[in-house]
Amino acid sequence: MNKLQYKVGEHPNLPAPKTQGGIFKAIRNNLFSTWYDSIVTIILIYLLLSYLPMALDWLFFSADFFVDKRSQCTSGGACWGVITARFPQYLYGFYPPELYWRPNLASLLLLVALAPILYSKILYRKYFLMFSITYPLIAFWLLWGGFGLVPVESEKMGGLLLTLTLGVMGIALSLPIGILLALGRRSKMPAIRLFSTMFIELIRGVPMITLLFMATVLLPLFLPSDVIIDQLIRVIFIIVIFASAYMAEVIRGGLQSIRKGQYEASDVMGLSYWQSMSLIILPQALKISIPGIVNSFISLFKDTTLVIIVGMFDLLGVGRAALSNREWIGLANEVYMFIAIVFFVFCYLMSRYSLHLERRLSRSYK
Amino acid sequence: MSVKKAKAKKSKEVVIDIKELHKWYDSFHALKNVNLQVTKGEKIVVCGPSGSGKSTLIRCVNALEQFQQGSISVGGVEIKDDIKSINAVRAQAGMCFQHFNLFPHLTVLENCTLAPIWVKKMPKKQAEEIAMKLLERVKIPNEANKFPGQLSGGQQQRVAIARSLCMNPDIMLFDEPTSALDPEMISEVLDVMVDLAEQGMTMICVTHEMGFARRVADRVIFMDHGEILEQNDPETFFKNPKNDRAKEFLSQILGH
Repeated sequence: MNKLQYKVGEHPNLPAPKTQGGIFKAIRNNLFSTWYDSIVTIILIYLLLSYLPMALDWLFFSADFFVDKRSQCTSGGACWGVITARFPQYLYGFYPPELYWRPNLASLLLLVALAPILYSKILYRKYFLMFSITYPLIAFWLLWGGFGLVPVESEKMGGLLLTLTLGVMGIALSLPIGILLALGRRSKMPAIRLFSTMFIELIRGVPMITLLFMATVLLPLFLPSDVIIDQLIRVIFIIVIFASAYMAEVIRGGLQSIRKGQYEASDVMGLSYWQSMSLIILPQALKISIPGIVNSFISLFKDTTLVIIVGMFDLLGVGRAALSNREWIGLANEVYMFIAIVFFVFCYLMSRYSLHLERRLSRSYK
Repeated sequence: MSVKKAKAKKSKEVVIDIKELHKWYDSFHALKNVNLQVTKGEKIVVCGPSGSGKSTLIRCVNALEQFQQGSISVGGVEIKDDIKSINAVRAQAGMCFQHFNLFPHLTVLENCTLAPIWVKKMPKKQAEEIAMKLLERVKIPNEANKFPGQLSGGQQQRVAIARSLCMNPDIMLFDEPTSALDPEMISEVLDVMVDLAEQGMTMICVTHEMGFARRVADRVIFMDHGEILEQNDPETFFKNPKNDRAKEFLSQILGH
């Protein structure tokens, strides 16, 4: 290479050297950079080539998709009839079929309610946000009925509908309650600090299954006999307090990473406690806590499957019920794979969104 | 300088009145019997070795630190243990910190308009107009829509000054405003502070910038171990310090 000589003090800005050398160099760098890398790569390619066709064959090519019972599955692949024959049950549980439009509408509105929360660049965001805040009430009305709609008992709800109801309610309520608990635990007022600390420690120290049993079995014993709280409400309550105890600690971690100077600067400017929290401290603390918050959301969403313990039929419950049916017995692979895929899709979406959010927020400032 | 002094003498109204102030951090006696009266328009420079209590003193003036004995009143309002008096004092006294403490998630303009909008309930447009005027005054109107992290230290400190000025304070407190800055940025901040002083702002500055003290201060206060050991006009203080520790301190910071 011919190196140009520049006079001292007159060195111009040169373009940076190219580090990427196209796709072949990338493959070589990532897959074949050393001899043992190459061996691992070759073994993996071999395994992929030998097992992928088998897997695809079982999943799709020799699978039976629409059958009414197991004995009709003859092609030797997966027997998806266990899913397709009772697909509405996986979606809605035992919700009355003539009322399916109500959960459908509720899920559609859920997307509308989520849009302004997830994306900041939406026209009329303020008005959409107002809708988002009232959404839980609207969803409650649509799903349970009353006020002009035919009432539906919560025992009828099941499948993905129940899973999403528990998940969405849990996520929507545990975040604000978690924030309040985290602030409470750092409060200067001893009573509030003590309450928050005790609440968090007590809830965190008990397995969620125990709490679920307590809510469904013990709680009714303590309430007057004419007070009946819907089982679903009790279960949501337990999921929310359990998740918010964890949420509180995640957010407290974020709060602790905010430098004292930020508090002092907002104090000096005369901001009140709630102003300084909501305008200065929380926006920064929540941003730092995003990975932890989404982690909690994902684990909450998956923990909703625990409700089968107290006799509710969420997605997993419906699948297990199908398996125990004489006509479909022994199809555990198909059922669990389907359920795993559904959960994976939702959790992966949450995870991708959190990465998007982190990137968006870190672009705005360093 | 003489004009400024004459002005200060004409209006002898005491705006900051610190009497027999004592402060402890747990068992550590951080401020010992501090007495200080600041009149309107007066510029005070506080200096002293680190750990001498100078930052603690000005942080007491706007109630960022609590004190255990003595009294402080600012503009006739005595600092007590209630939010009301504390807010009344903070409304009069703006403050700039060593590490700027700008809000990193807000733009420069939003940093400046936040308190006027939320505390003073000023309409957004008016707050922005005022903020832009003040950003011009600290010579960075072009950075208004950037985030603090995109600015140099000197620019950030000037934003911090503008942000305090947006609340229209009568008094400005500076807590080592230039000690976290790269040397080449110190003068741009000091220029802004000199400009502020010349317009008659009452100022207390904790700083080691002796050039600034000479140029602006009406009084230099030397503190060590929580006590005010000497206070004098800058000429006398620098040329002829009486206190031994002050002599030693000056020889250390002016010696190199």
